[in-house]
Amino acid sequence: MVKVSPRLGTSCVLFATMAIGIASLSAQTYRAPRLPDGKPDLNGIWQALNEANYDLQAHVARPAMALRPGPYGPVPTAPVLALGAVGSVPPSLGVVEGGEIPYKPEALKTKQENAKDWLNRDPEIKCYLPGVPRATYMPYPFQIVQSTSAMTFVYEYAGAVRNIYLKDPGPALTDSWMGQSVGHWEGETLVVNVTDMNEKTWFDRAGDFHSDKLKVTERYTRTSPDTIAYEATMDDPETFTRPWKIHMTLYRRTDTQILDFKCVEFIEEMLYGPYRKHPLDK
Amino acid sequence: MRNRMLSLVPAALLGLAAISFTAVPGMAQTPAKSNIKRTPDGHPDLQGTYDLATMTPLERMPGDPPVLTKEQAEKLQKAEMARRTSDGGSLPPDGTGKPTRSFFELLERAGGGDVGGYNRLWLNQGTAFTIVDGQVRTSILIDPPDGHVPPFNAAAKKRRANAYGELPTSDQAEDSAKQDVAVATRRGEYDNPEQRPLSERCLLGFGSTSGPPALPDYFYNDLHQIVQTGDNIMILTEMIHDARVVRMNAEHLPKNIRKWLGDSVGHWDGDTLVIDTTNFTDKTRFRGSTENLHVVERISRIDDKTLLYRFTVEDPQTWDRSWTGEMTWPATNQPILEYACHEGNYALGDVMRGARMQETSGKAK
Repeated sequence: MVKVSPRLGTSCVLFATMAIGIASLSAQTYRAPRLPDGKPDLNGIWQALNEANYDLQAHVARPAMALRPGPYGPVPTAPVLALGAVGSVPPSLGVVEGGEIPYKPEALKTKQENAKDWLNRDPEIKCYLPGVPRATYMPYPFQIVQSTSAMTFVYEYAGAVRNIYLKDPGPALTDSWMGQSVGHWEGETLVVNVTDMNEKTWFDRAGDFHSDKLKVTERYTRTSPDTIAYEATMDDPETFTRPWKIHMTLYRRTDTQILDFKCVEFIEEMLYGPYRKHPLDK
Repeated sequence: MRNRMLSLVPAALLGLAAISFTAVPGMAQTPAKSNIKRTPDGHPDLQGTYDLATMTPLERMPGDPPVLTKEQAEKLQKAEMARRTSDGGSLPPDGTGKPTRSFFELLERAGGGDVGGYNRLWLNQGTAFTIVDGQVRTSILIDPPDGHVPPFNAAAKKRRANAYGELPTSDQAEDSAKQDVAVATRRGEYDNPEQRPLSERCLLGFGSTSGPPALPDYFYNDLHQIVQTGDNIMILTEMIHDARVVRMNAEHLPKNIRKWLGDSVGHWDGDTLVIDTTNFTDKTRFRGSTENLHVVERISRIDDKTLLYRFTVEDPQTWDRSWTGEMTWPATNQPILEYACHEGNYALGDVMRGARMQETSGKAK
């Protein structure tokens, strides 16, 4: 057993206390640079750095997203076997406050079916628009373009975009994949209310889903020159027993631009390859 | 919802090289204005949502003078509105062969009629000609003065002759109900998804609506939004939700980084935003150009409700000279809607499956 010297132990505790103190202090008091209208400046290219897109909830690593029973535990299914370690799932402590997504019993069954049939059901596989909040923590950067009169989020994945209305335009004319976003400021925090999303988007690759009654409330708070604290609260009485919340840090990317990831092109072989005049070898 | 579209090239196909004009509109002058909207950093505020729908085609229709009088324009606009209400909501069936001088009627003949064709519910077309410098214009193209894209040069002709089939271009129509299916089949246009028009594949809007140059598509979803900061100017095209982020006072990306809409960098020339775009993909092929396409756009504010959009296009491997167009971008209060094209794209799969079915049933001509 490793013995910790009393002195080292004390300094560790002290350091931890200081760290907590600094963290809470900075969260409360960091004042973001301002635009000329006095609003915090969120301009920049941002990206989450976590495993949320695999599975919002805490999970250990597993061999693949698509699994089948093996003689000594699950192994990758045939369609993803060739990917080897590249196709495996990295572990995470999760980003859901309280750990669990509070599904209603019927909805939980659907989630489990989704996970089982992931290859056929995950909209990401077909390069469909990601919806909110999934767009935020997919493994691609996004850019916030914010002026004093308008704000647009430009996502690299699938070229998705969101106009953040700074004045409520009233109910959306129709449901959409990315929904309607209306933003307002609460001090240092941009609060975005997202409504009118369709029921087709997911939260992650683990089959977590919602209905078209979903309302998402996002909070973006700059906590340092290069970080944003991101929270999203999901309210969907049709699917969940109560609202639930995720939180994570978004990091500034200074080494990239929003480049093309028009994945529509990349899935044509999957969707339409069999209908070529001369289909390629399987 | 998925939208289908047709050829925007009939005007070009008419091949009217013989018409010459003596009167040609000069480049519009944009004197600095002191009373326009400005951002806090002092530059003109170009922000807003703009509707590019217009009755002015990119290329001049045969017989049209470069500039119409106000009376001529009003008469033509009135006649066009009457034409659009006279058909009871359905578009003229294709292949009637009746001669027409109406730019829109030509387009609609290609898009209406057959199963799956449009009716008027779909359309949200321009109702007036674009007016620049007080001149009612009959073409967006102002240089060459004849209002037509220059002919392909030898390099372009050679390239196109060697191509298997004719590869789709970014301005090309999604589908052309009017096209001869037998000819298209012979040319292999249904053999592979890559040979289908880019808009049918939901990769780019038709008619170069995303651009650059950003042009009207003459059917629907013609809205563009500009959001402007000191470092970036974002131009969102409603169709295919294509957002182009123009980096101000920046260098172009390395040559090996290619983008469907090219790489755009900008700077201010007085009160005019100048956007320089290179690094296109070799799949964009605007009007048959190569990946070396170079587009310079100049955007300025005329008044609180109007921008002036001017562009110059060059590609020495395609045309022996550059060409320039200009039009106004009128502001609109219409909301930009989500154009989720790929998510509902049943047509592309159906087109491919249809071609295979025709082959197996021996009906391919």
